[in-house]
Amino acid sequence: MSPLVMGITVFVLAAFVGFEVISKVPPTLHTPLMSGANAISGITIIGALTAAGLGAEPLGQILGFLAVVTATINVVGGFLVTDRMLEMFRSRRDRESQRK
Amino acid sequence: MTEILYLGAAVAFIVGLRQLGGPRTARSGNRIAAFGMLVAIVITLVSSSIVNWEIVAAGLIVGAGIGAWAAVRVQMTSMPQMVAAFNGLGGIASALVAATAVVEIGFADLAAETTVSLLVSTVIGALTFTGSSIAFGKLQGILPGRPFLYPGQKLVNVLLGMGLIGVGIWTAVSGESSGYWVLAGMALVIGILGVVPIGGADMPVVISLLNSFSGLAAAAAGFAIESNALIIGGALVGAAGMILTIQMTEAMNRSLANVLFAGFGSGDSGSVAGTMSDKPVNNATADDVAIALGYADSVMIVPGYGLAVAQAQHAVRKVADQLEQSGITVHYAIHPVAGRMPGHMNVLLAEADVPYEQLLDLEQADPQFPQTDVVLVVGANDVVNPSARDDPSSPIYGMPILNVDRAGRVIVVKRSLSPGFAGIDNPLFYDEKTLMFFDDAKAALEDALSALKAL
Repeated sequence: MSPLVMGITVFVLAAFVGFEVISKVPPTLHTPLMSGANAISGITIIGALTAAGLGAEPLGQILGFLAVVTATINVVGGFLVTDRMLEMFRSRRDRESQRK
Repeated sequence: MTEILYLGAAVAFIVGLRQLGGPRTARSGNRIAAFGMLVAIVITLVSSSIVNWEIVAAGLIVGAGIGAWAAVRVQMTSMPQMVAAFNGLGGIASALVAATAVVEIGFADLAAETTVSLLVSTVIGALTFTGSSIAFGKLQGILPGRPFLYPGQKLVNVLLGMGLIGVGIWTAVSGESSGYWVLAGMALVIGILGVVPIGGADMPVVISLLNSFSGLAAAAAGFAIESNALIIGGALVGAAGMILTIQMTEAMNRSLANVLFAGFGSGDSGSVAGTMSDKPVNNATADDVAIALGYADSVMIVPGYGLAVAQAQHAVRKVADQLEQSGITVHYAIHPVAGRMPGHMNVLLAEADVPYEQLLDLEQADPQFPQTDVVLVVGANDVVNPSARDDPSSPIYGMPILNVDRAGRVIVVKRSLSPGFAGIDNPLFYDEKTLMFFDDAKAALEDALSALKAL
């Protein structure tokens, strides 16, 4: 298989997995789901690290640096803010046990 | 070996997303996904032949610092603009990866599919960035939330879209890097022009769609650098964002095209604004509200964007606590598009320590209104507008609403009688059973709470 066909195969299968896994998420979790998913889209950081590491051209170095910065903000900020949100999602039981 | 570890990271994303779907497992799901990301980053640092360690290290430190600072500092009421900003950064990161590759390697020696992948990644990433920036500006209040429309707007957008495709094909065929930069510039402009005509209340759709795009840009970058981890991660996010986008448009009974292109809420679609405003309303005081609430057996609270604007989530919970102490059953009914992003109200109420079992979605809440004594509407408007059900000439006709007018009594907390975002008057406000309590949501609820305690 050519890399392109291989890539398309992986893409289509992953998209189906995504639809299956996510389609039944309750509305309560829509925001954390979105911000968590957004952090996962920061996987582009591995492309950014590779690209920034090439670094011969000055313009390439600037663009590569910006790619790493933006992708890292996305990853670190995205996962942290999702964790912060989810910390607040509590059931009645959790809430009462905490007050005792 | 590195490929196996990347696959492990991708599996962590899938397991993490799955766990994010349940309230009890969500937090560990997020951490599993974060761990997968850490693994992917470490493998990349170890395995790829990085020359410029200073640039890579500096980028990681600066990015982690900014990201952590923003995540810790942001207020929950500002979460929609935060998510918009992160979507935009994810998009531009993918576009920058492509741009860096173009500068360092050039198109000349690349296979056709790699060139196309770089172009697609750049276009989607760049328009996600500027589109998200506009969404951020609207949500933050820097830009007006109203749709920005001008004559010939659709023609301009169509021409730009066609021009984008033309330049893209020319660049891919000729391998000229000048075409690449023109293409990137056009994509940036299209992101701006695409989002300015969309009004504030349609932001749940826009944010979900841009979320999806940020994933697709990453997947396209994955095709360019032949990385399965990027393709899988990007496809998952693309799918997640698309599901939310579809759910949001369904919750408004509108097509995605209508949300994106109709300029909804600009006023020219609102037919009846003002026509009913001469009718009398039941003007209520805090004491009236307290009496209505205090002598009920069951109360349903319907929050909307006004609750977020007034930061009234803690005040509303205190009122609910007070009622529950008197043995009154309290639930919250949350419309899918209440607020400015999917799940906006749930996040705010979670911050105020409302247990999630008390939050009902549209399907759970709606059948309960006929048996509910009092509905307390806090800063919501269009999602409780009966004309969506009764008036075929209404622009929101057919949108699933919370039928609060079927309850025994309705209390509406609202700053003024001004029509909602869509510019549509709300017959609920003039209903005999409705009490209108005009004030800022937070102040109103605090007054009602004191009156309740004095009851």
